[in-house]
Amino acid sequence: MSRTDDNWLLTVRNLTKIYGEPNENTLDLTGPIFNSNICPETESIVACANINFDLYPGEVLGIVGESGSGKSTVVKLLYFDMEKSAGAAWLTPYNNGLANILDESNQKKRFIRNHLMGMVYQNPRDGLNFRFSSGGNIAEKLIMAGEMHVGNIRGRASDLLNKTEVPVLRMDDRPSSFSGGMQQRVQIAKAIANNPPLLFLDEVTTGLDVSVQAKVLDLIRELQQDLGIAMIVVSHDLSVIRMLTDRTIVMKNGRIVESGLTDQILQDPQHEYSQLLVSSLL
Amino acid sequence: MVENKKYVNKYNFAFIDEATKKEIRRKLLKAVAIPGYQVPYSSPEMPISRGWGTGGLHVTLAIIGKEDIFKIIDQGSDASVNACNLREFVHMMTNVKTTFDTAEATLIQTRHRITEEELNENQIFIYQVPQPEPLRGVERYENKTRQMHGEADYAKMWVSLYESFVRHGDIMLGAGYPVKVNNRYIMAPSPIPKWDVPNLNFSKALHLYGAGREKRLYAIPPYTPVEPLEFEDVKFHTEDFKGTECYKTGYKKAFLDELYFDDGSKHFVINDSNFLDKLSENASAKQHSNKYIDQIEA
Repeated sequence: MSRTDDNWLLTVRNLTKIYGEPNENTLDLTGPIFNSNICPETESIVACANINFDLYPGEVLGIVGESGSGKSTVVKLLYFDMEKSAGAAWLTPYNNGLANILDESNQKKRFIRNHLMGMVYQNPRDGLNFRFSSGGNIAEKLIMAGEMHVGNIRGRASDLLNKTEVPVLRMDDRPSSFSGGMQQRVQIAKAIANNPPLLFLDEVTTGLDVSVQAKVLDLIRELQQDLGIAMIVVSHDLSVIRMLTDRTIVMKNGRIVESGLTDQILQDPQHEYSQLLVSSLL
Repeated sequence: MVENKKYVNKYNFAFIDEATKKEIRRKLLKAVAIPGYQVPYSSPEMPISRGWGTGGLHVTLAIIGKEDIFKIIDQGSDASVNACNLREFVHMMTNVKTTFDTAEATLIQTRHRITEEELNENQIFIYQVPQPEPLRGVERYENKTRQMHGEADYAKMWVSLYESFVRHGDIMLGAGYPVKVNNRYIMAPSPIPKWDVPNLNFSKALHLYGAGREKRLYAIPPYTPVEPLEFEDVKFHTEDFKGTECYKTGYKKAFLDELYFDDGSKHFVINDSNFLDKLSENASAKQHSNKYIDQIEA
């Protein structure tokens, strides 16, 4: 398969993460057919295996699945929070998409994270440093990209907080004194601080009340339309997926069971697990 | 009867046995080769407890020779308890000449100050370091800080400076202001005042740092660029002694100590005791020159 045919932003091939010591049968004995991701022979756990997908610039891809299906693992591998067991990923803005970013050195990985990616975690404590002020958290991202002018940093931070509807007056307060929705918006402001072409959203609305959820989703959609950021949205919530995404991947037991246009999957799910998901949508 | 010659002398020259000295010297060579990099070392037992100047003492005793002239100061003073006792110890163990005169000394051990008088190429300056890790304030795990140094990942350090500025309107770091050595490693210059930090930049002397409790050695070779961390618009500055002067000499261009007399009046006096003596006696003493000191009107 040639990756230069189209203008892909991100290409992921054979992405795999296994805990424990697998043997040659591990991948054949796990997955949705066995309804398990634990290898019966070695007891190694297949968090995700053989994940393949592509992402266009500005496109929003959803990954949906139940708890433990490996959807968070996929974005954490791509954001270098975890080490992959196997697989490759190419990011077009980095080295013209010629280098497998998962095999780069830590220093290069940090460059990619700081310049080309943003991540919004489910728990703001994962994405923000609660010992720094919210402005300081945004500053961290800007400093990592080489901005060394305090005036410029503060200007950019207040722009971002404005954009994400966090009162700029609270820029120098710690996120620990913020509400959950505000913390999440600070996290989004931090994630987009360097105008990354790619943003990961991992269960961003889980744990927020419904009205705040709606606001955060609105914000994400606005940002996507204004800035044209490509996004990978991980959620177990099909309404979030329907609202945000163009294409969707359905995962179960660490494998992709179905992928296609979001509307199509919601209207006419093919795999029995997808059907179950859609039918249990309230 | 067989005479036991091995124990005729109670101690080896400079107390530490030769094998351990060799180990420390090798670690020092590595430290000099990678300016600002913290090299782990053995930190052998000494007759004083770790953390009371053992790091500086290890370095001094490992490199001192019979021809050396030794000076030791504590917070600028030759006469404070720490300095006196360590001087006595080094003298007992080596019988080298000791001095108060900064210009005469070839080996200067210090706690928390650099001498006011300029150092030359024949001098080695040795620091007692309590905390060698400049990143400890932002990251408490050693394996993490080592990785951060390895990858030059210093964003957290910079954010802590940013936070300090935002909270207090200035970078509120007093002693031990972090510096970048040779455009690579961020280094803790031991708790010297900000006043002394610019004197490390392209210094003619060799600077060696020993942290006994933390078991780390590091170094700044002569003529190495050493820059205090500063933003493009928030700059490093030294302590401001504007409107004060040494009450004994009337001198303004030195690091001053604050003194309260019995009547409650406040006075300032030059902190570096040898420099104060030389000024009082009108003896010549060439001071360090840097852009911060040069700005001050005499």
